[in-house]
Amino acid sequence: MSIPGTEGQPLRVAIVGSGPGGFYAAEALLESGLQVEVDLIERLPVPFGLVRFGVAPDHAKLKSVTAVFTQIAEDPRLRFFGNVELGRDVSVRQLGALYHAVIVATGAAGDRRLGIAGEHLPGVHAAGDFVGWYNGRPECADIQFDLDQEVAVVIGQGNVAIDVCRILASPIDALRRTDIAAHALDALARSRVREIHLVGRRGPVQAKFTPKELRELGALPGWQPRVDPGALVLNDASQAELAMPGFVHAPRNLDILRGFAQAPVEDGRRPLHLHFHRAPVALSGRSRIERIELEAQVLSGEAGAQSATPTGERLSLPAGLVLRSVGYRGTPLPGLPFDLVRGALPHRDGRIVDTGGTVLRGWYATGWIKRGPTGVIGTNRADSVDTVAGLLADLAQLDTLKAGRAGLLAQLSADRRKVIDFAGWRAIAQAEAERGRAGGKPAEKFVRVDDMLEAAVVAGAPRSWERA
Amino acid sequence: MTHVVTDNCRGCRYTDCVASCPVACFHVNEVRVYIDPAVCIDCSACIPACPVHAIFEEFDLADDQQHWIRINAEAAQRYPVIRTRLAPLDGADARRQQLGL
Repeated sequence: MSIPGTEGQPLRVAIVGSGPGGFYAAEALLESGLQVEVDLIERLPVPFGLVRFGVAPDHAKLKSVTAVFTQIAEDPRLRFFGNVELGRDVSVRQLGALYHAVIVATGAAGDRRLGIAGEHLPGVHAAGDFVGWYNGRPECADIQFDLDQEVAVVIGQGNVAIDVCRILASPIDALRRTDIAAHALDALARSRVREIHLVGRRGPVQAKFTPKELRELGALPGWQPRVDPGALVLNDASQAELAMPGFVHAPRNLDILRGFAQAPVEDGRRPLHLHFHRAPVALSGRSRIERIELEAQVLSGEAGAQSATPTGERLSLPAGLVLRSVGYRGTPLPGLPFDLVRGALPHRDGRIVDTGGTVLRGWYATGWIKRGPTGVIGTNRADSVDTVAGLLADLAQLDTLKAGRAGLLAQLSADRRKVIDFAGWRAIAQAEAERGRAGGKPAEKFVRVDDMLEAAVVAGAPRSWERA
Repeated sequence: MTHVVTDNCRGCRYTDCVASCPVACFHVNEVRVYIDPAVCIDCSACIPACPVHAIFEEFDLADDQQHWIRINAEAAQRYPVIRTRLAPLDGADARRQQLGL
């Protein structure tokens, strides 16, 4: 029996998820020099994952990475299967039977909760839902964010937390020419938020945001970032961390924060308070969120492994809107093992393993569902290159004789599933660009799956269930 | 804005940056790499990837490093794109030690 990847026996791989991790895994396979057939399976009719639904609308340069993804998708050896969900339209067992290998790249869309009293109160949300809302993610389109409130509190110390602060504080005209969802633009145009608190448990050295994002907070017209200089005084371990490899952004972040702390307060500018060493302990209000209780924290432990413990000192703030961004988790996939602690797939060098540590032959992971929610877009390219290198090293161990694409198409058409291919996505993208043109936006995204499907169909995009 | 590869790369050329570049903006010659400012999307993935801290955001360049902006832009026109990691140059680890990293 010949090894997959040779003439007449292409290596048939399904990739589940079409965000950065999925696309870069596809790229690595297409560039492997082997005969390959790559099927990119996406739950939604539209590709690009968090580049479409996560990257902030005012970060157009980052979003331009979709041009690279489009180039990858144009390779004739790749086929996009939009509107096909693992677990709903095809099972883990079926996919494993159809392909030599499956790479799971489903990301980490679930959010970690704070686990404190009052978290259920109206007005307390996952920051990720707010991001999904302004980016037109279908699951988030109907969430109501009450922007009639004057004080917003954002909890977290990563780039998502900063994105959310920036969008709340952006002049509306700066957002009008982005692809921000229309419902979010309308709501933000009427926003009464005039004070924002960004709250984090740890110190400025341990914060995960990047200098570029932090710096942008200082460039918001009408707003002024404010930092208590005392929060920037470092203990010995934090001082040592500044020179450690895991803290490469920390020295720049600290410089920027010192700049914020030293700037004289300007009365006309709305405050954006950056709190460090403070953790939320309770949320309260009669029928909705009204106050948040914070407890001061002190860092202790070895450099690189410090943890925060409460000091007992408390601070109470009014809060009309609370957005938490304290971590993200992947969603377990029925039929695959899951690491509940990490919120990710258990794996060894990208090979999915069961609870006993045994490799599931032919199953791989990449991106956030593999390593957890860390890194930026490019981090996923290196990650996917690593995962695919493992897959290619396993070729001799993979099962042979797989039906691959033809088998998946046959199954989906038997089920009369509407499959959106890349031409279908192009039709959607074109319709979105046309909708945006009237308002001077690069695109007005569809926020309903049905509207996406209709745009693909109206334009005459081929649907596999019709052709079969 | 763009990102810029400075002098620490010379003689090392670890190219870990290249694997983490989402848009293939790196160019390579015999001794080092450069970033094409017209292609870089400022994602910053390359900064922590570099073992010798050679890469900076343009904004963060020290005054005596500003010339690297022009050098990167010009060299990117002259040398070929590099999209996959290469073995580091002979002597890379020695130079890294010499740099105190």
